[in-house]
Amino acid sequence: MNETTVIGLLIAVLEFGTLLYLAALGETIAEKSGVLNLGVEGMMAMGGVAAFWAGVETGNPWVALLVGVIAGALFSAIHGVVAVVMGADQVVSGLALTIGGLGLAAFLGQDLVVQAPGARFEATNLGPLNDVPWIGEIVFDQTAVSWIALALGVIAWFVLTRTRVGLILRAVGESASAADSSGTSVVKTRMIAVMIGGALAGMSGAYLTLALAPGWSEGTTAGRGWIAVALVIFGAWQPGRVGLGALLFGGLLALEPRLQTFGVEVSPILLSMLPYLLTVGVLVVLSIRSRHRPSAAPAAIGQAYRREDR
Amino acid sequence: MSEQPAAVDLVDIWKRFPGVIANAGANLTVRPGTVHAVLGENGAGKTTLMNVLAGVYRPESGSVLIGGHEHAFANPAAAIDAGVVMVHQEFRLIPTFTVAENVALGQSPRILAKRSIEESVGELAERFGLATEPDKEVWQLSMGERQRVEILKALWRDAKVLILDEPTAVLTPDEATELGRIVAAMAADGRSIIFISHKLDEVTAFCDEATVLRGGSTVAASLPVQDIDAGRLAELMVGEATEVSIRRQRTTEIGPAVLSLEGLSVRDDRGVAVVNGVSLTVGAGEIVGIAGVAGNGQRPLADAVAGLQQLEAGAIALSGDDVTTAPPRTRSGAGLAYVPEDRLGVGLAPKLNVVENSILRSYRSLKKGPFIDQGAATAACEGLIDEYNVKVGKLDAPMAGLSGGNLQRLLVGRELADDPIVLIAAQPTRGLDVQGVAAIQEILVDQARSGTGILLISEDLDELLALSDRLLVMHEGSVVAEFDPDDVTRAEVGAAMAGAH
Repeated sequence: MNETTVIGLLIAVLEFGTLLYLAALGETIAEKSGVLNLGVEGMMAMGGVAAFWAGVETGNPWVALLVGVIAGALFSAIHGVVAVVMGADQVVSGLALTIGGLGLAAFLGQDLVVQAPGARFEATNLGPLNDVPWIGEIVFDQTAVSWIALALGVIAWFVLTRTRVGLILRAVGESASAADSSGTSVVKTRMIAVMIGGALAGMSGAYLTLALAPGWSEGTTAGRGWIAVALVIFGAWQPGRVGLGALLFGGLLALEPRLQTFGVEVSPILLSMLPYLLTVGVLVVLSIRSRHRPSAAPAAIGQAYRREDR
Repeated sequence: MSEQPAAVDLVDIWKRFPGVIANAGANLTVRPGTVHAVLGENGAGKTTLMNVLAGVYRPESGSVLIGGHEHAFANPAAAIDAGVVMVHQEFRLIPTFTVAENVALGQSPRILAKRSIEESVGELAERFGLATEPDKEVWQLSMGERQRVEILKALWRDAKVLILDEPTAVLTPDEATELGRIVAAMAADGRSIIFISHKLDEVTAFCDEATVLRGGSTVAASLPVQDIDAGRLAELMVGEATEVSIRRQRTTEIGPAVLSLEGLSVRDDRGVAVVNGVSLTVGAGEIVGIAGVAGNGQRPLADAVAGLQQLEAGAIALSGDDVTTAPPRTRSGAGLAYVPEDRLGVGLAPKLNVVENSILRSYRSLKKGPFIDQGAATAACEGLIDEYNVKVGKLDAPMAGLSGGNLQRLLVGRELADDPIVLIAAQPTRGLDVQGVAAIQEILVDQARSGTGILLISEDLDELLALSDRLLVMHEGSVVAEFDPDDVTRAEVGAAMAGAH
């Protein structure tokens, strides 16, 4: 193991971290409002294929990223209408979004599989900063999307914990009837949260097809959407902790293809199970802790809200 | 004063639910700066009418005037904007939020400065004499404190009309007195308070005027409370004069002990000792009453006996057989019945229908192969409805649609269906109307006469004095006194409840 391979690994950790963080941050916001959206994988695929297509068409990575974001948001609106407005089961609707999104993305992207990327994000050029040993190569060698992810994380933390909008969003996720009787619109708040979640999942997919592994093929999301869902729980629904979790889970994803070169005899299949095992572990810890205080999970998660219930 | 428009004017309100007409031409007029009682039995349409006023329900017809202006509230937000805020019976608070966050929710500056909001909430609370700690999270608060948070929420929104839906149901006597003071302070500030209650003594103590509902419509409007006695109000509510409480013949021959508790101790979820070494016995045919201010261990004690709460120490025996570690089903099979305090959460399943709820205890004996024998289940349910005079719409309607009194009749009936050896009855008459209370008390007395040992937990001292053969008092998780109900004054019991010796 030499310096180059270690640096290569650490770069990959941040890349996978970015991918997971964007999707998990979006899911965190949706879940904080009380809506479980298991459609992350499908929304990522839709964002990825749309962004790749837009890149081929326009050649501009920023336009392509925006198209991915919009595609993710619009696709998540299906979940919003079905699960939030109409009050259908969130698990069923979310799963439908994943299955449908993967299928639809594969169908729409049939002709894109053979295409060369029309646009891609390059590492940011910050001049002398890029030359700083280690840090320059690892941290400053990322694309602008990673910086956006970091900024979005800080913004999400601030909005959720320090603003009126955040208080309302969390209230809707804790007790819809309490929020409703305080005069806030539960459906509107949840709908917006779901679509922000979709937008970020779309951005995650776009990052995948424009930066992490430019190109499009069916199944390119490879279950990372599910890891993002687990990551939200692992991070106890807090943007900061979810970020740390993204680095940890991103590290596991980065290690997977490299283990052999490091000469470690562990099956990568076992390694790919680790995020889920860690999440189960965290759930156990959380449930032990919540014997003494309310659980970290939004209390109203998964529950549709209808006012005239009696 | 009389020139001022009414703070609230509800005119000929109609509201139907599937199978029920909740409001059939209800009227209500509330003058500004007064405390107005809305009285009525369970199912008289009080809560529905208040939900119409608060924008939760939309009436089919009728008009809502606030301060002389007609409104058609599309949602609670619109009602809040018009100055009408309802404090619901089940608090709409968020346990993981602080008091200040709950109060300011939706009505705060864009950017939350924690400290400054806590200070503003503290100042508001002080103005109306509400004791509270703005930085505490709500899950750590007592019921009385939570109610004060709800009232603060309303004041924070500058409510001109506050609706308190059975506000004293969850309060200790001291807290109820405190509430009376707060309500008076708010009325003195020019606000109007609508006070929904069953307890006539509170109505006469706290309120200026009273409106009585029966069967969804107004039978008496804006009676001045000063000039009318409680008996007349009760009569208006039920439509006939009823005996307010019964005095029971004490059981002369108490049988062998059917329930024995030995040194029972329980810790709650937070690890706090809530029951400390309680020992007691209940004999066959005996009613043992447990008095105490709410939150002094009565609920965990009842849950522990029923097997719903883990024991820290102690032993429980049913008819001499040890059931300390037995699961609830075994205890139930051995003849233990439980009417829990939380009827619609623990006792009954709100979304299951009436038939399903009726057989929750007996479904194992209603099998037809691997299936439930629907015919037998319906028959069992109809038996209960008949015997205990339960009023239901449709048998396949969800349980939650029944009024409080009918829920309780069905629950008590179900628990007593196979003649239990021991009955734990926790707050069996709380929140019920006059007729409902009498019906449940009569059922308990009959059941004791037929040999069931009853552990009666209640916050209604008159009920305990009327029904119990022996009266125990719990304070801070321990039994601190035992009285003969025929030979004790309310003051003596009250002193023991307050922890004096």
